[in-house]
Amino acid sequence: MHNEIVLAGFGGQGVLLIGKLLAYAGMKAGKEVTWMPAYGPEMRGGTCNCTVVISDQQIGAPVTKHPHGIIVLNLPSLDKFEDAVRPDGIIVVNTGLINRLPHRTDVVVVPVDCNDMALEAGTAKAANMVALGAYLGASRIVDVDLVKKALEDTFAARPKLIPINLVALGKGYEIGMAHAPAAAAR
Amino acid sequence: MAKKLMKGCEAIGEAAIKAGCRHFFGYPITPQNEIPEYMSARLPQVGGVFVQAESEVAASNMLYGASGAGVRVMTSSSSPGISLMMEALSYMAGSELPVVIVNIMRGGPGLGGILPSQSDYFQATKGGGHGDYNCLVLAPSSVQEAADLMADAFALADKYRNPVLVLGDGLIGQMMEPVEFKTEIKPEDLPPKSWSTTGCKGRKPNIINSLYLAAEQLEEHNWHLQRKYAEMVKNEKRFETYNTEGGCDVLVVAYGTVARIARTAIDELKGKGAKVGLFRPITLWPFPMEALWETAEKSSKILTCELSCGQMVHDVRYAMMGRRPVEFFGRVGGMVMGPEEIIEQVEKLAGAHA
Repeated sequence: MHNEIVLAGFGGQGVLLIGKLLAYAGMKAGKEVTWMPAYGPEMRGGTCNCTVVISDQQIGAPVTKHPHGIIVLNLPSLDKFEDAVRPDGIIVVNTGLINRLPHRTDVVVVPVDCNDMALEAGTAKAANMVALGAYLGASRIVDVDLVKKALEDTFAARPKLIPINLVALGKGYEIGMAHAPAAAAR
Repeated sequence: MAKKLMKGCEAIGEAAIKAGCRHFFGYPITPQNEIPEYMSARLPQVGGVFVQAESEVAASNMLYGASGAGVRVMTSSSSPGISLMMEALSYMAGSELPVVIVNIMRGGPGLGGILPSQSDYFQATKGGGHGDYNCLVLAPSSVQEAADLMADAFALADKYRNPVLVLGDGLIGQMMEPVEFKTEIKPEDLPPKSWSTTGCKGRKPNIINSLYLAAEQLEEHNWHLQRKYAEMVKNEKRFETYNTEGGCDVLVVAYGTVARIARTAIDELKGKGAKVGLFRPITLWPFPMEALWETAEKSSKILTCELSCGQMVHDVRYAMMGRRPVEFFGRVGGMVMGPEEIIEQVEKLAGAHA
């Protein structure tokens, strides 16, 4: 197993955080993991992304030109990374902010209105958790319970945020699960 | 101890504390600010001292003072900041002071940019400051190795009474990987330094100095330093090889970040014709010349890959002594080569007639 995932959005949407949760869960699953933020002279509200690699083997490059999957929370991220995804890969697209679907037909597309579902869970700020849940549901890349544990550890200092984020993660996971057979078939 | 997921910069800070370092002097610069940030929070918790100095020049001379007082001390910076520390580094080498300096390299020359680079190889391994001196230079390729080498850096600095440089880049510093801290040393358990200036009541004063106005004395001091450097060359060379058993059609030589990327390239090239291996120097000074030749001797061609315009390749060519052709591939300015670029270079080279 070797998976490279790019998570992208604009600054403040929490893509670095869900990348960390994914990497943390991968580590707890006994895998090799790397988390690499794209850093540069960015301004507030600018684009933001990170690359997570989860593998059974020692990881070489922590960045990739051809990820196995992407989670995109805004339109510039979809525009930038859509064509890079490997054939048979997974694209989780936040339809709450992105007004088009991917044009790719050789990948599994998981459309999910992350903002709306996060609001249902209790806060629009948890849109990133919905997206992560959807990716986990479709890809089964790591056990969702390990991600829940990672989330609880990460928010240990602010425990009242945990239930809302767990609900948001769960809502996304259910949507992702509906796409799991398609992803597995590929 | 359980593994933790940490940024390279944070792991470097924690590893220093676990090595008994309680003194940090520095000045902010991207992409290594997470090191001073981490130390500013952690050092007060363990009874240590963190000072954000007024400049890199000041910080590096604070290192001189603290090391002279016998404590384990470090700083970290990035390329332009390290340039500002070169005067003090030469003084510390001349005065034989054990310090650890971390350079998380960024693109240059001048202010350059903030993205990963390996273009300070010459500065680190060939001098940087004035005079005939050498620093031990360690180049980690992962977050775990960065932590491990920090522990070694403090031990080697004390062993040889010499500055040790840890050479990383923005990618090693910013990346998160699982890390485990294997040892912990308390400062009070470290052996006392009989040469340090801790107050001379009841003993002869110790003097820490690099000024020798008498030519005979300065020459003898230089020979003394050279004998010490020769011991380092004899004892401290480190390297790692990958997929080199039985020789290679193309042997890639790379360190730090680029070695990881080369490893991915080599994995993708497996079973595709040309046999490709990796030689990764871990100590850049002393450079593992003999080990490189022993690996290269069984190989046809050498490809050196760096995030520079060609610096380590000089040492690679020196190790080859013209006995093997050495090609170079570099990306600079903060551009990081991908595995596919190394694959392209390897295939071009493997296909070419010798």
